[in-house]
Amino acid sequence: MTTAPAQAGWRFRQPSVIPGFGLTLGFSLAYLTLIILIPLSGLIWRSAALGWTDFWAIATDRRTINALRISFGTAFIAAAVNVVFGTLVAWVLVRYRFPGRRIVDAMVDLPFALPTAVAGIALTTLYAPNGWIGKLLMPLGLKVAYTPLGIVIALVFIGLPFVVRTVQPIMEEIDKEVEEAAATLGASRFQIITRVLFPGLAPAIITGFSLAFARGVGEYGSVIFIAGNLPYKSEIAPLLIVIRLEEYNYPAATAIAAIMLALSFLMLLIVNLVQTWSRKRYG
Amino acid sequence: MADPEIKSWEPHHDSKSAAVTESRPAQAVLMAIVFVFLAVFLLLPLIIVFKEAFAKGIGTYLQSLGDADTRSAIRLTLLVAAISVPLNIVFGISAAWAIAKFEFKGKAFLTTLIDLPFSVSPVISGLVYVLLFGAQGLLGEWLKGHGIQILFAVPGIVLATVFVTFPFVARELIPLMQEQGNGDEEAALSLGANGWQTFWYVTLPNVKWGLLYGVLLCNARAMGEFGAVSVVSGHIRGLTNTMPLHVEILYNEYNAVGAFAVASLLAGLALVTLVLKTLLEMRYGAELAATRGH
Repeated sequence: MTTAPAQAGWRFRQPSVIPGFGLTLGFSLAYLTLIILIPLSGLIWRSAALGWTDFWAIATDRRTINALRISFGTAFIAAAVNVVFGTLVAWVLVRYRFPGRRIVDAMVDLPFALPTAVAGIALTTLYAPNGWIGKLLMPLGLKVAYTPLGIVIALVFIGLPFVVRTVQPIMEEIDKEVEEAAATLGASRFQIITRVLFPGLAPAIITGFSLAFARGVGEYGSVIFIAGNLPYKSEIAPLLIVIRLEEYNYPAATAIAAIMLALSFLMLLIVNLVQTWSRKRYG
Repeated sequence: MADPEIKSWEPHHDSKSAAVTESRPAQAVLMAIVFVFLAVFLLLPLIIVFKEAFAKGIGTYLQSLGDADTRSAIRLTLLVAAISVPLNIVFGISAAWAIAKFEFKGKAFLTTLIDLPFSVSPVISGLVYVLLFGAQGLLGEWLKGHGIQILFAVPGIVLATVFVTFPFVARELIPLMQEQGNGDEEAALSLGANGWQTFWYVTLPNVKWGLLYGVLLCNARAMGEFGAVSVVSGHIRGLTNTMPLHVEILYNEYNAVGAFAVASLLAGLALVTLVLKTLLEMRYGAELAATRGH
C-alpha cells in the first residue's frame, strides 16, 4: 500500500497508485442499483403502498399463514436434518481415507450444479408410490411424495452442500494436538468430541444451518413437483406468490413476498446474534 | 488401499492414535451411514434421470430431443446464458477490482449487497421485475406505449437470470484478488504500464483460474434457473420456454421420457460442471480463493 502523509479529517478512500477506482466502482454501483436495488425497492414500495389494513388482511389470510408455516417449518426440519448428516459427511470426508473419496467429495456439490427442476422431477419419480424408494416405504405406511414430508426430502437435497461446505474447512483446520492433549488428560472419545471438538465447530454448523434454512425457505423448483401443492397442506409460500401472480392479484403476491423477505432477514439477524454469542462463549 | 500414511487403516493402533480417532467398528458404522445417505440423496436422483430418459430406448430419447419445441428451448437457454454470464463477468471483475484493490468507506456494506440475491427466493427475484415491467407495473404503461416488450420475452428472462446469478463471479474474485494484494500491479505501473495493460497482462493472468471457476458456477445456475425465470417467462412454447421450464411442461403433460430427456441434458451439464470444478480445485487449488461452495 502507498504511504501517504497522514491527513486530518474524513476520507472516502485511502490514496492508491492503482487506477480505475472511479470507473470500476461507478460501474459496479450502477449495475447493482439497476439490477438489484431498484427492483427490490420497487417490491418494498409496492407493499408499503398497500396500506396497513390491506396488508394485514393478506398477511392474516389463513392460506397465507399456512403457506408461510409450511415453508418455514419444512425448511427448518430439513436444515436440522442437514446439520446432522452434513456434519457427519464432512467428518467422514475430512477424517477418514477411503478409495473414491475425491469423487464422493465432488458429488456433495451436485445439488448446487443440478437445476432444481431436474432435482424436483427426479425426487418425485423416486418417492412416488411406484418409485424405487416410494415402493419400499409404502408397506411401512409412509407416504413421501405429494405430502409435506416430500417437501422436506427436496429441501434436504437442496441444503446438504451448504452445511458440508461450511463445516468441512473448519474441520480441516482443527489442530490434532488439542485432541491429543485431551486424550492424554484422560478424556474419553465422546468427551473429546462433545467438549473439545464441537464447540470449535458450532459457529460453522450454525452458519451452515442458516444458509440451508434460508435457501430452503425460498426454494421453489425442486419442491413444487414433489409437494402435491394442496392449499393449506402442502403449498409453499413461493408457490402461493406464483398463484397470486397468475390470478393478477399483484397486491397479495407483493405482500407475501415482503413478509417472506422480512422473516428471512429476521432469521438471519437472529442467527448472527446466536453466532456472536457462541463465538463469545466458545471463543 | 495400501497407503502407509493412512492411520485409520493401519492394522495396529497404538493407544495414542486410537484415542484421537474412532474405533474401527465406529468408523465403519459412520462411513456406512454417510454412504447410504449420499447414495439415496445424491446418486439415486442422478441415476433415475438417465434411467427414465432412456426408458423407451435410445430412439425415443433422440426423437424427443429432436422435437421442435425442445430444440427452441435449448436455443433459448444457450442464448440467455450467452448474454447474462458475460454481463456478470464484467460486473464481477469490475466489482472485484474496486473492492479488492482499494480501501474505501462502506466496502463491507457493498460486499454484503452483492451477496443479497443469494438470500432472496428465486420467485421473488422474478416477481420484482413483474412489479416493475408488468401491465400493472411501475413502468408498464410507458413500455406499452413505446411497444417495448420486456416481460414474457427474452429481455425479462435475461434480467431474472442476471439477478439470480449476480454474485457468482464477484464472490469468487474478491477474496482471491484481496489475497494476492496490489504488489504485482504496483510493480507493473511503476515500470510504465498503463491501467489497462496492468489489468490485461498482470491481474487477469493472476486470477484466470478463479475467474473460470466463478464463470463455471455462474453458467450452471444461469442455464438451470427455474423459479425466477418461470415467473417472468409467460411459458410460451417455442418462444419463451427455457430448458428447465420445458422440463416442467413436458412432465405435467405426463411425457416422462420427453421431460427426462431434456433433464438428462441439464444433468449432463451439471456433471461436466462438477468435473471441471473438481479438476480446477485439484490443479489450481492453491491459486483459487479459499471460498468453496455455492
